[in-house]
Amino acid sequence: MAAGQELTPTSYIGHHLTNRTVSLGDSPFWTLHLDTFLTAVMLGVVGFGFLWWVVRGATSGVPNKRQAVVEMLIEFVDDQVKGIFHGNRAFVGPLALTVFVWVLLMNSMDFIPVDLAAAFTSNVLQQHEWKPVPTSDINTTFALALSVWGLMLFYNVKVKGIGGWTHELFCTPFGSNPLLWVFNFLFNLVEYISKPLSHSLRLYGNIYAGEIIFMLLWMWAATGLVGSVFGGVLALGWAIFHILIVLLQAYIFMMLTAVYMAMAHESH
Amino acid sequence: MNLNVTMIAQAVTFFVFIWFCKTLIWPYLIRAIEARQKQIADGLAAAEEGKQSLERSAKQADEAIAQARGRASEIVAQAEKRASQMIEEAKSAARTEGDRLVAGAKAEIDQEVSRAKESLRAQVAVLAVAGAEQILKREVDAKAHAEMLAAVQRQL
Repeated sequence: MAAGQELTPTSYIGHHLTNRTVSLGDSPFWTLHLDTFLTAVMLGVVGFGFLWWVVRGATSGVPNKRQAVVEMLIEFVDDQVKGIFHGNRAFVGPLALTVFVWVLLMNSMDFIPVDLAAAFTSNVLQQHEWKPVPTSDINTTFALALSVWGLMLFYNVKVKGIGGWTHELFCTPFGSNPLLWVFNFLFNLVEYISKPLSHSLRLYGNIYAGEIIFMLLWMWAATGLVGSVFGGVLALGWAIFHILIVLLQAYIFMMLTAVYMAMAHESH
Repeated sequence: MNLNVTMIAQAVTFFVFIWFCKTLIWPYLIRAIEARQKQIADGLAAAEEGKQSLERSAKQADEAIAQARGRASEIVAQAEKRASQMIEEAKSAARTEGDRLVAGAKAEIDQEVSRAKESLRAQVAVLAVAGAEQILKREVDAKAHAEMLAAVQRQL
């Protein structure tokens, strides 16, 4: 925290919710959130590196505990995808696994107390205003949702062809009567716009709100020792509940990804 | 909070991780899992087959035992039959032999009796002649009456 500034609830929360930015160009668009980007990359490297390290020595015989855990994870994802996506899962399976593991790890950064993370980043990394939770940055959730959306469009065209997809846009869900073409198209347009919005904002909203509630609870610490203990108890309760949110949001994000990919592969 | 180049950077990172998962993680583990599933399925099938063959051989063993038991009782019955037959044969042979021996003994006894009779006859004749000689020593000439004594001897 910058010295000499008066500490108010607004500045406390504002401080923790400000991204560390790097400007890559003149316009505001060319601002990179260094904290979001680096934390996400680091988590991905650690998470997928761990999976790779385990999988590299995987045996089809009796697995050790480490391999069993990774197998449980992968089989869980594979089973979920299998229930939704009927076809070759050589791409959708890894996609769902990537989404699940990465989002789960990024959400889990919420468990690190904000001030502990801030103490680490400001004292060790010498980086002020470092936001540790990548999924509470709307850029991350939009990047994921729009990537999935792009893949969905790609597979729509690849599986059904331009003609088949256009036919689907205009002739479903109400029927192929030319009078209904406009309505069909408007309906599909709304659907295609709402998909990435709901996909990304659901995750962003949940994690961002969770983070804010943590900060509000930590502000009890400003009232003294009793307040600190009370705030700690409340934060513990919220953290336990937040385990559910973190897991559930990662799961929902993965399932929606699988559903969108399945819809792209199946013709109506 | 505002959308900026971070989004593009995150999307690129996302695709890199998808590629990493797809090429370096997913196939290897799925292959290992599927190989294990196959192994387990094979093992279960083999166990099932083993169970069936065990049942088959148990049935075969039962059949063999029943057959052997039947054969054994057959052999025992045959042996018993043969034994009684042999006993019967021995009995009849013994009976015949006994009869033969009895008959031989009887013939021998008859012979002995007739031989004894012969010798007795001769001795009685001699005794009679000796007695008569003693009595008639004085008045009978042995030579003169020898013919008469021989006739008496023949009548005995």
